[in-house]
Amino acid sequence: MTGTQRLTPEQVEDFGRDLDALRQRIVDNLGEEDVTYLRNLIKTQRALEVTGRGLLFAGFLPPAWLAGVATLSLAKILDNMEIGHNVMHGQYDWTHIPELGSQRFEWDNVAPAENWRHSHNYIHHTFTNVLGKDRDIGYGILRMDPAQKWHPYYLGNPLYATLLAILFEWGVMLHDLEVERVVQGERSWAENVPVLKKIVRKAAQQIGKDYVLFPLLTGPLAPLTLLGNASANLVRNLWAFAIIFCGHFPADVESFTEEEAENETRGQWYLRQILGSANISGSPLFHVLSGNLSHQIEHHLFPDLPARRYPQIAGEVREICERYGLPYHTGPLRKQLWSVAKKIVRLALPGQGPAPDATVDPDRQLRAA
Amino acid sequence: MATLIPRRMRGLASLAEALLTPHGADRYLELVDPMLVRRELRGRVVAVRRQTPDSVTFRVRPSRAWRGFRAGQYVRLQVEIDGVRRTRCYSPCEAEHSGELEFTVKADPSGLVSRHLQETTGVGTVVGLSPADGEFTLPSPRPSRIVLISGGSGITPVLAMARTLVAERHPGEIVFLQYSNSGSDALYREELAALAAEHPGLRVIHAYTHARTGGDLHGLFSEAHLERAAPWFREAQTFVCGPPPLMSAVSDLYGREGLSEHLHTEEFTAAPLTFDTTAAEGRVRFARSGRECDNTGKPLLEQAEDVGLTPEHGCRMGICFSCTQLKTAGRVRNARTGEVTGEENEEIQLCISVPVGDVEIDA
Repeated sequence: MTGTQRLTPEQVEDFGRDLDALRQRIVDNLGEEDVTYLRNLIKTQRALEVTGRGLLFAGFLPPAWLAGVATLSLAKILDNMEIGHNVMHGQYDWTHIPELGSQRFEWDNVAPAENWRHSHNYIHHTFTNVLGKDRDIGYGILRMDPAQKWHPYYLGNPLYATLLAILFEWGVMLHDLEVERVVQGERSWAENVPVLKKIVRKAAQQIGKDYVLFPLLTGPLAPLTLLGNASANLVRNLWAFAIIFCGHFPADVESFTEEEAENETRGQWYLRQILGSANISGSPLFHVLSGNLSHQIEHHLFPDLPARRYPQIAGEVREICERYGLPYHTGPLRKQLWSVAKKIVRLALPGQGPAPDATVDPDRQLRAA
Repeated sequence: MATLIPRRMRGLASLAEALLTPHGADRYLELVDPMLVRRELRGRVVAVRRQTPDSVTFRVRPSRAWRGFRAGQYVRLQVEIDGVRRTRCYSPCEAEHSGELEFTVKADPSGLVSRHLQETTGVGTVVGLSPADGEFTLPSPRPSRIVLISGGSGITPVLAMARTLVAERHPGEIVFLQYSNSGSDALYREELAALAAEHPGLRVIHAYTHARTGGDLHGLFSEAHLERAAPWFREAQTFVCGPPPLMSAVSDLYGREGLSEHLHTEEFTAAPLTFDTTAAEGRVRFARSGRECDNTGKPLLEQAEDVGLTPEHGCRMGICFSCTQLKTAGRVRNARTGEVTGEENEEIQLCISVPVGDVEIDA
């Protein structure tokens, strides 16, 4: 039985109001501290990046090369997660500081910010875990939900997942082209021209920097620098994949049909966000490195609140969930990763979970009407 | 050789930009020193004084991208207050082509930015700047007879004009008529006296609106005041900047005299706008973001904010044009002039435009 069944329509609305009140309290309290936090983080990221690039100039010394890769990886992780992802969500738009605004920010990643803002901020965050709508379910490549109809193609699920983890930034980049929708005739190639243009330009800049210019600048060390930069990108890719897959795909996380998500009230929307997300427990440093996506539940409830606020409100969100008898999915990284890995392997095979025509449990009432 | 060096520098700069993509060189340079930015305009405060208890005067040295201004123009000054960047327009008040910018800001008791500037500005403070903007400037060639009228902190663009004319050794007659509440509120008294001493063609007349003695004139602006100050005002070009009552008194007089063509105005504080929110109808659509709402009768900037958008804006009263956006369909009423326009693809100021029926904005 899922949590949704236990709530009456009145309870769903009370629940929504409780969350709205929580949100308003944070909005009223936003201020200089939030901006200082982000600026310090940006300073740290820039310092790590400059240090990492610098160390690779001494890459002929193995410890320097390793340290260079480590610091550059950290810089890229911070840039993409706690800074880029969050700024591009508009978490700092209220400051009216252009360089911290969602529309101008560009991240150290081959996926152009503008494309990503559409696929992630709009599509994924609006239609969270709605099958057929949320293109983040399996990224159009994987079978991540039992309700996705099995096909022999999915025998490769573990292989595709491994490749996606290794090439994650390229996967995110290509994701914006919505190729599966083009193949199905729901989207035209003409619509993809502007998207593709941005991709080519951005990828050229990123490749130029990491795989041409910086290697060339180090002269005879060029191959080592190239390898170092590629390694840093790989580390960032694996990390981002792990965090993001743990946010929506552990066992227990629910998916929804398009009918269930139609004409939702605010309370119902909140409910879907909670049931469709999972947290990862860990230390404060771990939360920062995950871009606070370890607080995926809080992030999905309030995607435009500064992420540093999520740990502060997590206790209260959990308490609200308990009060309404709702699940609050959370667990340490190893547990969530294991759960995701099992799912990837299990769903490679047919017949796991309910049969496709019975995906909607007729008794399950998201709207609890 | 001389031309080769900058070219080589440009090459280096673009290499640096390529290496520092996607953030760009400025985002790294500013961590060393906020004034090192190459593309944005910033200024560092190099001198501060407080002429009156409720004002602050400060000189700003702009960053490299600064391209100068014309007397009477304004600059959008940006400061951060409680983490939020606020933008307001202020006119620099020294002569044109000066390498530095001088601002005088009078603290409005209910004004967030002016009070902040008055209380906190110190040597070393860094502010954001915009390129100079505005049509309130001296024509070229200069008119031979010029009347400058200012009230309170409206003195700043007009003072820039006076200083420019003195620096240019203007051969004609200039009268500077300045309104203050009383002697203790009079901004730039000594500077104006020095300016008049330096330039025989300039006469400075102090009018006090609240004090009965001590000034050259007393009471509110009137035709009698102008006749006393510049009996030849009908043959002059007049530039006025100040609070709304002064502006409308001057405009009315020039209108009655049929001299509106000779009058140039700059409004610093717009009269409060009123909106009829009961008769509003239609839908407002913000095309790029896909947001929509029922027209509430409020200005489009507020309606955009109500649906969660954060359009760029500055003064929120129709002065600075920071919030100008393309209207792709529908009609809007300008809340300041009452004028209704319905042209397609028209640039409108969101902060003072109220939808009349369905409207679509490209935002």
